[in-house]
Amino acid sequence: MEVESEYWRWKEYNWSDPDINWQEADIVVAGIDVGSVSSQCVIVTDGKLLGYSSLRTGSNSPDSAQNALDWALKGIDELTQDKIQFIVGTGYGRVNIPISNKAITEIACHARGANYIYGPKVRTILDMGGQDCKSINCDHRGKVTAFLMNDKCAAGTGRGMEVFSDLLGIHIEKVGEMSFEVDKEPSPVSSTCVVFAKSEGTALLRKGWSRNEVLAAYCSAMAHRVVTLIERIEMIPEFAITGGISKNIGVVNRLVEELNVKAMDPGDLDPQIAGGLGAALFAEALVKKARKKAAKT
Amino acid sequence: MASAGIDVGAKTVKVVITENNNILSKSKILTGFDQVESINQALNSALSSSEIKQDKLDHIISTGVGGKIVEFSSKTIPEVRAAAIGIIHSYPNVRTVIDVGAEEGRATKCSVDGKVIDFVINEKCSAGSGVFVEAMARALEVKLKDMGPLSIKSTKAVPMNAQCSVFAESEVVSLIHTGNTKEDISRAIHDAIASRIASMVRRIGIEEEIALIGGMAKNIGFVNSLKRTLEITNLIIPDEPEYVGALGAANAGGN
Repeated sequence: MEVESEYWRWKEYNWSDPDINWQEADIVVAGIDVGSVSSQCVIVTDGKLLGYSSLRTGSNSPDSAQNALDWALKGIDELTQDKIQFIVGTGYGRVNIPISNKAITEIACHARGANYIYGPKVRTILDMGGQDCKSINCDHRGKVTAFLMNDKCAAGTGRGMEVFSDLLGIHIEKVGEMSFEVDKEPSPVSSTCVVFAKSEGTALLRKGWSRNEVLAAYCSAMAHRVVTLIERIEMIPEFAITGGISKNIGVVNRLVEELNVKAMDPGDLDPQIAGGLGAALFAEALVKKARKKAAKT
Repeated sequence: MASAGIDVGAKTVKVVITENNNILSKSKILTGFDQVESINQALNSALSSSEIKQDKLDHIISTGVGGKIVEFSSKTIPEVRAAAIGIIHSYPNVRTVIDVGAEEGRATKCSVDGKVIDFVINEKCSAGSGVFVEAMARALEVKLKDMGPLSIKSTKAVPMNAQCSVFAESEVVSLIHTGNTKEDISRAIHDAIASRIASMVRRIGIEEEIALIGGMAKNIGFVNSLKRTLEITNLIIPDEPEYVGALGAANAGGN
């Protein structure tokens, strides 16, 4: 029997669309988003999503990027690295991805990716990542018009949620659901700092609160933290959430309730790949631009 | 006139008993599971070494984050006021008191008679308080008491980018992996917290003389980093810097 000790460890995975035959395609490109906690590689062909992978970021960017690419390729029949025409790197580790042809900021990539996932109506994107949180306004083409970012403090990031998942011994993928298994919604954890919130959580457990109640209190504190970030830029509907925490209904549902807006439905697409997807779409646009230029001369 | 000052901090309870503003006895114990019990223990221990009975005390004044839970105190005063009165008692020329405890950082600008002119407090972020060094010591696998001595043996300044305790822990791990020595990493940790404390203190303006109190004043690594960051040579550190708040509370009785 395997003893579970790493509650924060989420599943690493890859996916591909079996209906697309890349060999008939004109353009095959990739976007690699090396985040502080997770890395995604997204492969796009002729404007369509072909496949992707999502892994935990290792100790260095070059290897993490290569691993993400290898994993994404593994899921796609006969596709090899040399067939990829252009690679755009993004995310926290973007400046250090030797296999990429160009680096583009994750803000631009997230907006572009969200535009693909949610359609041209999306105007405000909240990206909740592992070590930062961004609020982005964009136009109908997915071009950034304004943004705000917190990358200084773990409060309101995935890392903070991991700390609580470990403290309470509840697996990170179950945190959201379990936080609703309470009789009454408790008042939020009052500490801002994750370190202090952890002590507060411990004190609440000692006082006799259930693990689920402590989780609920932390999820609502986190939702509140993020709301204050969004309120500092304009909240223009439609609204969408991307990044790892978008999969945590404990935070998302409370956040949406506090903001009093609806969050768009990503359908079958994984909102965590928005950054990598945006990077891949930029890569495709760059390939087309280069071809046009070559045709002129 | 006999008074007791009780400073209920996040980590320890400090009690000072004074008679006509002179210190008779002191005690300090860790804030345990039961805060009220810890307060009683600390007070009783100080009372027994001063040989004064509790009912002979003219004032019992509390301060600190848990100051309000001391039921038998005649009043509760803010930490910044306690710090100002406490420091002026022994160092009348001090105008700026920097107080770095386990979970808070504060700076107080005070007048000759120990009045608070201006102050600034950080209680929101652990990266500007003692627990930051504690957490980093854990990541570095070094005992907390060895952090300071290690730090002053450092030969090189290594920058630390993370502002947040949680992120800094990962950064310490990566600093270890990239081959930095424990000495240099320890200095980087103290430099990081010193720069945060310094920018907080600058918000009220720095006026000489400057004193450092609170538990972190006992960390030589932090003291050196703070002097370097503030670009000062003279930083007053009382013999027992963690008792200044309790002393200030005790002496706040008469006024």
